[in-house]
Amino acid sequence: MGILEIKGINKRFGGLQALGDVNLSIQENTVHAIIGPNGAGKSTLLNVLVGKLIPDSGSVLFDGQSVLGRKPFEIAQMGISRVFQTPEIFADLTVLENVQIPCFAKRDGSFRMHALEPVRHEREIGRQAEAMLDEVNMLGKADVIASSLSRGDKRRLEMAMCLVQEPRLMLLDEPTAGMARADTENTIQLLKDIRKRRGITMAIIEHDMQVVFSLADRITVMAQGTPLVEGSPDDIKVHPKVREAYLGETQI
Amino acid sequence: MLGLTRKDFTLFAIVVVLALLAPVLLNPFPVNSALGQTFNAGYPALMQRFAIFGILVVGFNILFGLTGYLSFGHAAFLGVGSYAAVWMFKLLSFNIVPAIILSVVVAGLFSVVIGFVSLRRSGIYFSILTLAFAQMSYALAYSVLTPLTNGETGLQVYPSDPQYLAAAGAPSGPHFFGLPMAQATTLRLGDWAFTFQVGYYLCAIMLIAAFYLSIRIFRSPFGMMLRAIKSNQTRMNYTGLNAKPYMLRAFIISGMYAGLAGGLLAAMDPLTGAERMFWTASGEIVVMAILGGVGTLIGPVLGSGVIKYLENIVSKINESVLHNALAFLPDGIENFFVTVIHPFVGEGWHLTLGLLFMVIVIFLPGGLVEGGQRLAGLFGRRSTATTAADRDAARQSPAE
Repeated sequence: MGILEIKGINKRFGGLQALGDVNLSIQENTVHAIIGPNGAGKSTLLNVLVGKLIPDSGSVLFDGQSVLGRKPFEIAQMGISRVFQTPEIFADLTVLENVQIPCFAKRDGSFRMHALEPVRHEREIGRQAEAMLDEVNMLGKADVIASSLSRGDKRRLEMAMCLVQEPRLMLLDEPTAGMARADTENTIQLLKDIRKRRGITMAIIEHDMQVVFSLADRITVMAQGTPLVEGSPDDIKVHPKVREAYLGETQI
Repeated sequence: MLGLTRKDFTLFAIVVVLALLAPVLLNPFPVNSALGQTFNAGYPALMQRFAIFGILVVGFNILFGLTGYLSFGHAAFLGVGSYAAVWMFKLLSFNIVPAIILSVVVAGLFSVVIGFVSLRRSGIYFSILTLAFAQMSYALAYSVLTPLTNGETGLQVYPSDPQYLAAAGAPSGPHFFGLPMAQATTLRLGDWAFTFQVGYYLCAIMLIAAFYLSIRIFRSPFGMMLRAIKSNQTRMNYTGLNAKPYMLRAFIISGMYAGLAGGLLAAMDPLTGAERMFWTASGEIVVMAILGGVGTLIGPVLGSGVIKYLENIVSKINESVLHNALAFLPDGIENFFVTVIHPFVGEGWHLTLGLLFMVIVIFLPGGLVEGGQRLAGLFGRRSTATTAADRDAARQSPAE
């Protein structure tokens, strides 16, 4: 039984069958990549997992509990966090504040009214946030306004914000899309470090085969809204159906 | 000090000093001089407005400045607060304490309802919903709710009103446990005269308290969450935070500030009318906040002060005042300048305000506060540059 069990998910947009009978099981402590050509339904699937889309039928169980019908903030509180294609951070706030906010969310839940005591008196939160920034090598930029960070640093910050919540599952939507080679390498290294230190289960949607093959333990190939094949990276590399449907277009 | 950082404490101290010394600071000219007649703003009725509208905009800024949600119906809470206060005067007594408490409570309840509905939408739709609510309140106050609001005449206290709790010898106007709001002492120093009025000092103390509370809110985790909402609601959701209750609390707090301002308006002058809730009144609040500097601490106080000053002082300048002021010029030139300046003063003060507003929005999007910061930067460039460099160095050393 995986940490995330997806069973019989269907989703139609008008005449388009975006997801057709998707079954997928993500095992604890693995990095599971979901690949496939454009329009294969990867992003739709991700939006179902985080509560942004409600499927027409099927079930999604996270650690035995149903995810469907819950709001994104409730799903986040269950322990699923999401990294976006374009880093979603609090651009007008400082780097430190960006990390303090998930610290509060972790400690106090989805809402708590504490409107009088200054943030700087919350020593435990401050320590936690600084330790996290240290872990991703950003402590020196704690007082910088987040919008002025480089693309790679924004990604790093977003990861830090997710990690503070101590998620059990991280969903990454093309974490290296549009990045320069060096930033891509850095991000891969960062993800490997996180994996090694914290053993967080990750589901990655990715186009970049280098990223996929250097990180993933399991790979699911999707095409036209359904999983085509699932297997280890070595299986996938040589699978004839995969080469035909997807990888045939690219050189590996 | 007082749980504030040094910088915030400085701002707070500035507001305290300005508020307490306003009767002196706003009367820089001798009483009977031409300048004094026109430009002295240190008379109680105007100073009360500075303080009251300061409170109103400080509260508005907690919503608009922190969360970015632009309420275009905030005057409704002011109006409701005033009505609540006048009703307390009619039913209980002229003591302002129950009146002000009730005006805050009623405005709070009112904002729960309006906030709950309006916050279902964001952006322009939120603004339109609040505007619709405020205009609805205005229309109701004029028509169906006449038994409560006394319609067009406006609500006021009549000798026939019960005033169940009024003591025998109590003052015949609003008072604080027997101390009348209208009571004042005038200090004469040569040609200068400074009036210290009980009513003004009540407003000033309330402004100080309101401002202090707003600093605490700005610096609290709650304030940080509100800024996070403004910055990125998607990330807020995926961080496991529910934006709704935060927004609603901010809306209610801001509505209660407006209720307090409404209650104080009634405490200074125990009558009120529906026009207090008209949409132009709401618009004025928005203009004050933007003029001063949205999202800054002291901006709202500055913005409301400048607008109330223009409204009351610049509007007083008529042709003869201009002729007097420019009498030292040769006649032809004097007439020329009077003709040029005249459209901008007196009844034309809105033109001045409009131009000022345009200049600020275009060149200083951060309002008067940004203007002040730039000025400070111009004069103190050397010193600020070195301290910034020092700070950077200090911050980087531990990381290396």
